[in-house]
Amino acid sequence: MKTPHKKNFFATLGLACLGTLASLVTLGTANAADEPLRIGLIATYSGPYADYGRQFDAGVALYLKEHGGKVAGRTVEIVKKDTGGPAPDVAKRIAQELIVRDKVSILTGLDFSPNAYAVGAIATQAKIPALVMNAASSAITSSSPYVARLSFTVQQVTDPMARWMLRQGVKDAYTVVADYASGVDAETAFKKAFTAGGGKVSGEVRTPMNNPDFSAYVQRIKDAKPQAVFFFFPSGVMPPAFLKVWKERGMEQAGIKLYATGEATDDSYLEATGDVALGLVTSHHYSYAHSSPKNQKFVKDFEAEFGTSLRPSYFSVTAYDTLAAIDLALAKTGGDASGDKFMTALKGLSFESPRGPVEIDPTTRDIVQTVYIRKTERVKNALVNVEFDKFERVKDPAKEAK
Amino acid sequence: MQIVLFDGVAYGMLLFLISVGLSITMGLMNFINLAHGAFAMVGGYAASTLMSRLGMGFFPALAAAFVAAALVGAVLEVLLYRRLYRAHALDQVLLSIGIVFVSVATFTYFFGPTMQPFTLPAALDGQVSLLGLEVGRYRLFLILCGVLVLAALLLGLGKTRYGAMVRAAVDNQRVASGTGIQVQRLFFLTFSLGCGLAGLGGALSLGMLGLEPSFPFKYLVYFLIVVCVGGAGTITGPFVAALLVGVVDVAGKYYLPQTGAFLIYVVMIVMLLLRPNGIIPRKGLA
Repeated sequence: MKTPHKKNFFATLGLACLGTLASLVTLGTANAADEPLRIGLIATYSGPYADYGRQFDAGVALYLKEHGGKVAGRTVEIVKKDTGGPAPDVAKRIAQELIVRDKVSILTGLDFSPNAYAVGAIATQAKIPALVMNAASSAITSSSPYVARLSFTVQQVTDPMARWMLRQGVKDAYTVVADYASGVDAETAFKKAFTAGGGKVSGEVRTPMNNPDFSAYVQRIKDAKPQAVFFFFPSGVMPPAFLKVWKERGMEQAGIKLYATGEATDDSYLEATGDVALGLVTSHHYSYAHSSPKNQKFVKDFEAEFGTSLRPSYFSVTAYDTLAAIDLALAKTGGDASGDKFMTALKGLSFESPRGPVEIDPTTRDIVQTVYIRKTERVKNALVNVEFDKFERVKDPAKEAK
Repeated sequence: MQIVLFDGVAYGMLLFLISVGLSITMGLMNFINLAHGAFAMVGGYAASTLMSRLGMGFFPALAAAFVAAALVGAVLEVLLYRRLYRAHALDQVLLSIGIVFVSVATFTYFFGPTMQPFTLPAALDGQVSLLGLEVGRYRLFLILCGVLVLAALLLGLGKTRYGAMVRAAVDNQRVASGTGIQVQRLFFLTFSLGCGLAGLGGALSLGMLGLEPSFPFKYLVYFLIVVCVGGAGTITGPFVAALLVGVVDVAGKYYLPQTGAFLIYVVMIVMLLLRPNGIIPRKGLA
């Protein structure tokens, strides 16, 4: 009767020892594992561009849900801050607060280029990585060694459109852009690529950002009779307003072809844009109708999580990819998010995104990705951008030129 | 040339439809109502929601937009505006700009920050041949609406008893109330009418402007230009001014696309220098 007891005693003792040992071992790494990784998300949550913040949140939330709220084994804590639109001074102040008060290790979000430039300067001072989720001005990544971009640049999606139009035999084009930094970027990139390929830009016009009626511009184009028109407007109310006038004027019947970048048929606004977008050919890096299995899973999970009223746009896919990039870079550094180590790990990173293969250019820290040529079609009672041609591994042409 | 003129007139008519209500409230009550665009937005949202969610036709939706904006205007008149009729202009500006902010936030909360879907009815889609000119049906419809509203207002204010009372109150409130006119009730009705017209304009603008919660801020400057240049408190003043702004804006953008967008501001400055009280200075409503 006594022996089993004794056995039990020793067994318990042994287990207890093992337990202590194990807890001692974990103690060493506990600091890194228990301390959550704080990520500052600077975006627009109020005002006319509040959709951007919503999309970012959705992409981030989806990634974290799929990975149990952790990246590279560390619990993630997202600290969200609202800039209320393009406001570099606010973005700068928020970035400072996030670093000093909230002790974040990584800054991200950054929907507007002026905000990204302002935050980039802070990132340099604090040596904290800043990952751009949207801002598309080319020079943002050159402005600080601690800035990397996972979205796209306006030039990157414009340049392939010009080349594709040349391939279709378009030799004479007219450009229409909104008169602001990105619009001018698009105009320059288009002209450069189009004339380099032997095309001629026969006319160009810049419209004010706050333009109620496009009839004058469209009429002007109609009278100029170019072979094709390329336009760039920021996503939102401008593209549908332009497309409505385009259709009303019977431009298609007049034989003038229309091309644009994907902002014109942004998935967030496409249903509201309606049938005027049908048949429009655009170039962009992401369509939610992208047919890869990775994207199909992404869209399915997205719909399961947020319903069908919010359609994943290029904003949410970039937010999702940003988390993936943080995950991969931290796995390389062993969970160390300190600026220099993290940026080194980030350079040259390549992975499969819902939009297709992407990589971070080791020299420019800018994204290299496939740019797709799509056509707006009605599929199963919904308007979608159907991809039918692509340009692989497109780098930012503005930086390649230097 | 003719088509540019036509487009300019159509665009001007739209501006007139939205702004005429502001001219009435500003001229009659001396109330600087910067929230006028918010009432246009109420009309726009009412029409687009009724059309997209309940499948209502465009024309009944226009009527509904008028009613909805007039009702919202009536409620706000009783609750807020009434208290500030005799207040300093700055207080009125603060109140009304506050209403704009609240309206933007409210519409963002309920409808989201993105724009509203809208499809023109088939009858207004495309172009129609008019005197050898291919013109947009929708634009023709805008011109028709503008002329109808102008005629109705001129007749209503010039020939009816209600119109006579309004004109009396505009000329001299104290004497008008002394003769037994209930100025308070008159203001209430007229304010609601002005808001209703804004709502109608907002719904009509759906085919051109695109509707999102920032609407009242985006176009505020256009409404104010029309009323300032035309002369607050008149009907024909804003009508002429709206046509002028529309034609100058469209023609400027057509002929001088580099600088055209600024032309309307130049016109505004010149007109205000030449006629500081408006094209048709207020001498009663007419």
